[in-house]
Amino acid sequence: MPKRLNAVVSWVLTFLVMVIIGLPGLWVILSGFRPNREILAKPAVWVPERLSLDNFAAIFGLGDTQVAIPVANYFANSLVIAVTSTVIAIAIGMSGGYAFARFRFRFKNGVFLGLMLSRTVPGIALSLPVFMVWSRIGLIDTQFGLILVYVALNIPFTIWLIDGFFRQIPKELSEAGQVDGCTRWQAFWRIEFPLARSGIASAAIFAFLTSWNEYALASNLTRSTDSKTLPVGLMDFTAQFTIDWAGMCAMAVIIIVPALALTFLVQKHLIAGLTFGGVKG
Amino acid sequence: MTEVRLANLTKAYGNMEVVHAIDLDIADNEFLVLVGPSGCGKSTTLRMIAGLEEITGGTIHIGDRVVNDLAPRERNVSMVFQNYALYPHMTVRENLGFGLKIAKVAEQDIGTRVTQAADILGIAELMERMPAELSGGQRQRVAMGRAIVRNPDVFLFDEPLSNLDAKLRVQMRTEIKKLHRRVENTVVYVTHDQVEAMTLADRIVIMRDGYIEQVGTPLEVFNEPANTFVGSFIGSPPMNQLDGIVRLADGDISLADGLSIPIPQRTRARLSEGQKVVVGIRPDDLAPRGHGIHDSEASAELELSVSISEPLGTETLLFTSIGGVEVQGKMLNPRMVAPDERMKFVLAVDRVHIFEAAGGRNVMIDN
Ligand SMILES: Nc1ncnc2c1ncn2[C@@H]1O[C@H](COP(=O)(O)OP(=O)(O)OP(=O)(O)O)[C@@H](O)[C@H]1O
Ligand SMILES: [Mg+2]
Repeated sequence: MPKRLNAVVSWVLTFLVMVIIGLPGLWVILSGFRPNREILAKPAVWVPERLSLDNFAAIFGLGDTQVAIPVANYFANSLVIAVTSTVIAIAIGMSGGYAFARFRFRFKNGVFLGLMLSRTVPGIALSLPVFMVWSRIGLIDTQFGLILVYVALNIPFTIWLIDGFFRQIPKELSEAGQVDGCTRWQAFWRIEFPLARSGIASAAIFAFLTSWNEYALASNLTRSTDSKTLPVGLMDFTAQFTIDWAGMCAMAVIIIVPALALTFLVQKHLIAGLTFGGVKG
Repeated sequence: MTEVRLANLTKAYGNMEVVHAIDLDIADNEFLVLVGPSGCGKSTTLRMIAGLEEITGGTIHIGDRVVNDLAPRERNVSMVFQNYALYPHMTVRENLGFGLKIAKVAEQDIGTRVTQAADILGIAELMERMPAELSGGQRQRVAMGRAIVRNPDVFLFDEPLSNLDAKLRVQMRTEIKKLHRRVENTVVYVTHDQVEAMTLADRIVIMRDGYIEQVGTPLEVFNEPANTFVGSFIGSPPMNQLDGIVRLADGDISLADGLSIPIPQRTRARLSEGQKVVVGIRPDDLAPRGHGIHDSEASAELELSVSISEPLGTETLLFTSIGGVEVQGKMLNPRMVAPDERMKFVLAVDRVHIFEAAGGRNVMIDN
């Protein structure tokens, strides 16, 4: 039964790959619910003896062992920064994507290529120049400073993705709408926008996750509770000689959960967006 | 009362002019068909009337308004697109009612008008379906329903049947004609299919390269083509066109291969000795003796050998050649034709068209 065998082999391989990808994550999540001493125990304790919320209580300043880390502030910063930068990036991505898909203008291809090329520069390479500029104009350690960086980081991608979705919508639909009595603006919102919604949603998720998870730039541009985000906050658990793995993992869980929830919520759209991106010429 | 008037209408993309100062008056309730080969500017002209394409020069009147600077929605026209352009996220009912909803017509009136349009087009059972769940022909009907429901002054059609299979196309053609009879609106209809143009039109406009070559009723453009282009474009199979030289003394026009035909009576006064002309012969007018449509008229005989014959049932197309140029004739009440058989063809001389060799203008038409 070679066919059966085939299925088994591919199932096993898939399982192995998923284990390799998933296990560290699972370990982090589990560790979030275990005391530090169990995490560091030698030989390793594979199956937790007891799961508790003590770590979470600790980092929120409740319970017996207090860890002085302002998680609530970090969470608020992360949320404000990720949401605001996503909203702005999507607004610009929608206008830009629409313009690239629908209008003819000078240097269109050049501008588009430039946008795409800007994505080849790793964000971290920009951190020093950005740091210097930001410090000169006083944007270091502000939410606004980070929002600006993330917007810039996300725009090329959102424009590219949304452009592709608008391109797929025949322009006759908007034209039919206009002949039917719409202004161009109405035709956009009533016809083109609903059709591109899944693309816009996936662009938004990608932008949100990028901002939510970003560490390298944020660690350079933030200093205090005014602007530090959750990933940067993780480093608070490292002292000179010790690392509070338990607290760190608990906080990682706090970072992962909203991202995971969001991804599940819009999974269907996300897949549409991804597979679509795959065939876009 | 909605006439449409195009005056000096010009369209350029950048430096490239694609519609050259055309003039056209379209009467109220007229069914006008724009026809021409691909890229001749039909769609562009139609889209300028709709307001979807900016006008580079000239004016467009709809009714007694100059609409040059009006948005599409202010022109009270409706348009059927080649790909139907149904809104994919709306049901058929919503598609039909969309324009009325935008115009803030009362919910109840929308209902009645949509139902009425659906009845006219026979799509009442499809109302709750999405466009993706419809066949090509059904989509076509919905698109037309959406156009009539708003009761516009002018209907614009851009090759609405070209995505349908041949049989459905013929059927929808008839329905469009009936529909026009019923709703009595001014129609501008674009197609590149001359049969569609002939069968639907009150008047046909033949375009080429952004110019209007001729405007006339189907019979006018068929019987008096303004030039060689119109001659070959209208009519199927296409008109045969042969080079010839006028010999007034002999009273004939000599063709290649030592053949000649008498000068058609009506053109005689317009020809001069030695003039180079193009002789246009429709396949209908060239038939083996006893097998023609116009046997009884003034005729000339040509003996030609038939290379290929294509039987179509009621008639057979015969392929022969004169001076190396392929020439088609038509045989009614066909009999079997042997390969390379030499046959005596009868030419209905007075139905032959004579064009000037330079420029291709029909000698009967004054410019
Ligand atoms: N957006 C555009 N930019 C530049 N040139 C264009 C544009 N749209 C059309 N053209 C040119 O204008 C000319 C007329 O185009 P149009 O679409 O009106 O042709 P058509 O007669 O409708 O042809 P078809 O039968 O193929 O639809 C063509 O040569 C075309 O290349
Ligand atoms: Mg066209």
